[in-house]
Amino acid sequence: MSTDFAETDSSSSSPDGFVERQSATLFAPPSPLVLESGETLGPITVAYQTYGTLSPRKDNVIYICHALTGDAHVAGRHNEKERKPGWWNGFIGPGKAIDTNRYFVVCSNILGGCQGTTGPSSENPQTGKPYGPDFPFITIRDIVNVHNALLDHLGIENVLAVVGGSLGGMQVLEWVVNRPERVGAAIVLASGPKLNAQGIAFNAVGRRAIYSDPLFQDGWYYGEEEKPHFGLALARMVAHITYLSEQSIELKFGRKLQNGDEFGFDLKSETEFQIESYLHYQGNRFVERFDANSYLTLTRAMDYFDLGEAYGSIADAFSRVQSRFLVISYDTDWLYPTPQSKEIVRALVDAKRHVTFKELKSAYGHDAFLIDQELPKLGSLVSPFLARTYSDRQ
Amino acid sequence: MCAKRIHLPDPRSAVTNDIIIDKITPGSRVVDLGCGDATLVARLRDDHGCDVFGVELDDDAFIKGIEKGVPMLQTDLNSGLAELPSQSFDFAILSQTLQQIDRPLDLLNEIFRVAKRALVVVPNFAHWRIRLQVALRGRAPVTDHLPYEWYESPNVHFLSLVDFRELASQGNFRVLRELPIIGDRAVKKAYFANLRAHSALYVLERSAPVLPQDELSPQEKTVAASV
Repeated sequence: MSTDFAETDSSSSSPDGFVERQSATLFAPPSPLVLESGETLGPITVAYQTYGTLSPRKDNVIYICHALTGDAHVAGRHNEKERKPGWWNGFIGPGKAIDTNRYFVVCSNILGGCQGTTGPSSENPQTGKPYGPDFPFITIRDIVNVHNALLDHLGIENVLAVVGGSLGGMQVLEWVVNRPERVGAAIVLASGPKLNAQGIAFNAVGRRAIYSDPLFQDGWYYGEEEKPHFGLALARMVAHITYLSEQSIELKFGRKLQNGDEFGFDLKSETEFQIESYLHYQGNRFVERFDANSYLTLTRAMDYFDLGEAYGSIADAFSRVQSRFLVISYDTDWLYPTPQSKEIVRALVDAKRHVTFKELKSAYGHDAFLIDQELPKLGSLVSPFLARTYSDRQ
Repeated sequence: MCAKRIHLPDPRSAVTNDIIIDKITPGSRVVDLGCGDATLVARLRDDHGCDVFGVELDDDAFIKGIEKGVPMLQTDLNSGLAELPSQSFDFAILSQTLQQIDRPLDLLNEIFRVAKRALVVVPNFAHWRIRLQVALRGRAPVTDHLPYEWYESPNVHFLSLVDFRELASQGNFRVLRELPIIGDRAVKKAYFANLRAHSALYVLERSAPVLPQDELSPQEKTVAASV
């Protein structure tokens, strides 16, 4: 199944400079993916995008693991009509912190997602209909196993680094422990070895919002005229609050009113304050691009992840890794607060591994690693870290 | 900065680093607390096969450490070493930093939770030139290597070799060796060391076994006690 990627297509950038979404079919019969739950799944389609040029020695690969609702479109534009570039465009590209003049960047949509990779909204080959709630339970390990299968498919043996924030950081942690021989360096941003109970609580509220949407119909809503947008939007609103900080909400919105300077004294008005209007907007925009069943699937994968539990202890888990680590947290992040990153750092020092840690100051909370103004600070650490890792491996 | 200076050799120089390196067994696991741009630990790694780790607060120095490929932790030594597990290092280095720490004895005790031995270099504020400056000019000490006016100095404590010996008698460690640094050399024995040395290197060793509660950092202990 492996193809020599360097010969077939070393860069997905089209001649006009636009990036193309590509896809690969993996785990075709007779070798389906055996999931952590014991179930099997296959074939699996994986959507991915690549940037830059794979070096002749194939030693310059950086794999980006996206967060909960991200996708493979990490940087660049698909065409000139596309209004917004990829989600980490400020960070990845020629001359940027992850310099695509030097490195070959791969980002794939994750298993269970809904943006090109097999997930609940994909067609179940056995029924010819979407999987819906029949989609098997998946874990972070299953997601990472698919990343590794994609690398095999691309004919890439080892990666220089895997990079991810939030749920993406959890994928990075699972990856270096599960496939230590493949990874030169791990960059873990605003993440942790497990989601704390508060995070699980917020996920639970989001899931309850989806379940209680009358249009959800136990997950069998595909093909219906109207999708369950209300619950999913509400789930996003709740989650979005956890991505911000008290400081950033205060700075951006304060108690400013949406319409005029005076209260409307109208209980039916759901957007009296600007912050309300903003959350509604975020919720509504989210339902246009995301699938409710995917949201349920991926938040559960997030809840289940517990590196220490899975491997005895976090230090035990790290005793098998060979990669060097860069761990970064943000001081206003309350979804994955700094002590969680420090837990990773302590365990790595305990396991006598190479780890660099810094807490960055930011007003933006958990989302800071995605905010353009915050990227120079992040880049000033990531860029020399990658450069040194690359030169040490020559 | 101050115009009135006394010339003394720079204690953060390569010479001091040579003196420190000389005391470290090749292949050891070493943490440098307040490592600056990680020059010393990079040398220990490259020339002595040591497994190294740097701790530094300054942003620019921290990035220089990353460029050297040294694993680094950015933290304020005043807030303890909670990120470092107990007994994880053979040696800790604390060079020209102790006088800047709010509570030196707490930090030293914390160092001996994480390391077996420590190499501590302290400036000697009882050096005769400094004594003269204080006595004759009636001014707070300002020297070439500690060139700060009193109101902007990172040095919050002013100690002598005699003072350090006394402090060392109070912690969970003991002094194995005291090497006064006079000029460019660390000397084994010197007459009037407390007058002549601009700084001193102390080789300290943990004196008591690490107890289970030592796993907790001082902050964690406070929390545990208050719950």
